[in-house]
Amino acid sequence: MTENPTGEPREPGSQWYDGEAGPLVRPYAMTGGRTQPGPTGVRFDLIALVTLDPAAPALDDDTALGPEHRTLIDLCRPETQSVAELAADADLPVGVLRVLLGDLLELGCVTISRPVPPAHLPDERILREVIEGLRAL
Amino acid sequence: MVSEHTDTVGDTSALALKILVAGGFGVGKTTLVGAVSEIRPLRTEELLSEAGQLVDDTDGVDQKVTTTVAMDFGRITIRSGLSLYLFGTPGQDRFWFLWDELAQGALGAVVLADTRRLEDCFPAVDYFEHRRIPFVVAVNCFTAARSYGAHDVSRALDLDRGTPVVLCDARDRDSGKEVLIRLVEYAGRMHTARLLDSVG
Repeated sequence: MTENPTGEPREPGSQWYDGEAGPLVRPYAMTGGRTQPGPTGVRFDLIALVTLDPAAPALDDDTALGPEHRTLIDLCRPETQSVAELAADADLPVGVLRVLLGDLLELGCVTISRPVPPAHLPDERILREVIEGLRAL
Repeated sequence: MVSEHTDTVGDTSALALKILVAGGFGVGKTTLVGAVSEIRPLRTEELLSEAGQLVDDTDGVDQKVTTTVAMDFGRITIRSGLSLYLFGTPGQDRFWFLWDELAQGALGAVVLADTRRLEDCFPAVDYFEHRRIPFVVAVNCFTAARSYGAHDVSRALDLDRGTPVVLCDARDRDSGKEVLIRLVEYAGRMHTARLLDSVG
């Protein structure tokens, strides 16, 4: 979309932009200017798993959620999603996604798993299961 | 079987494991991730914050410029509730600070190497050795470049004893699987050894 489809002379500020110009909605607009998730202060790992609570009352509250929140909820509806997958599928920078997920967590719409801390790497049984699973692929 | 390990992951039964794929620019990281992933390689973007720009070299760049860094990733589902996530680490050195987040809690890493430009993977080898993150070196055997054995590569990189070196073809799914299997086996051995260390 590089041309002005109306063919009329361009007025200042009315140019059309193509995809390469980047998103016209700046990331901070989607988060209301916030750069950190809410009071929980948790920095979600890229492989933290986000599970939707379909019974959450906030899901029916149109005032609490923005369009990006809705997109995330829709993505989580069929199955649990990792933070990384959500960022890619919703086409949002991870920093923005973390803020929006913080909102959903506070509203009780989702639960978010903590990644396994390094000191608690999965036990041998799980690792064996992974190796066998890889072989069977 | 109802024996649940609830001590480490709290209320969730789903487990996600993270493996990093590192190496120099153009060595085949995205190719490897794509070869073994069950989903098309997705790209996720991290917007550099001000904190990032302190590390990033912004000399001569307008202060307001923000950069996006793309990370490839893929997924392998072992079973319902147990998945492996692969992350291709950003290739450029100036995005090192992103690695710290990626490396947090990672099961291990694959360092992809090209014998024609072996020095490209030195930073990755250093990084994982320093942080004691288990890694294997996977030599991506580009056609006509297969002139070195695993032992030569191991010596040239001055690897710690026991660090596996695997010859692979990053485009080939079975070859990629083998690399991951070697890594998980090695990570298991390292982990067990550390547990024994901490006990004795």
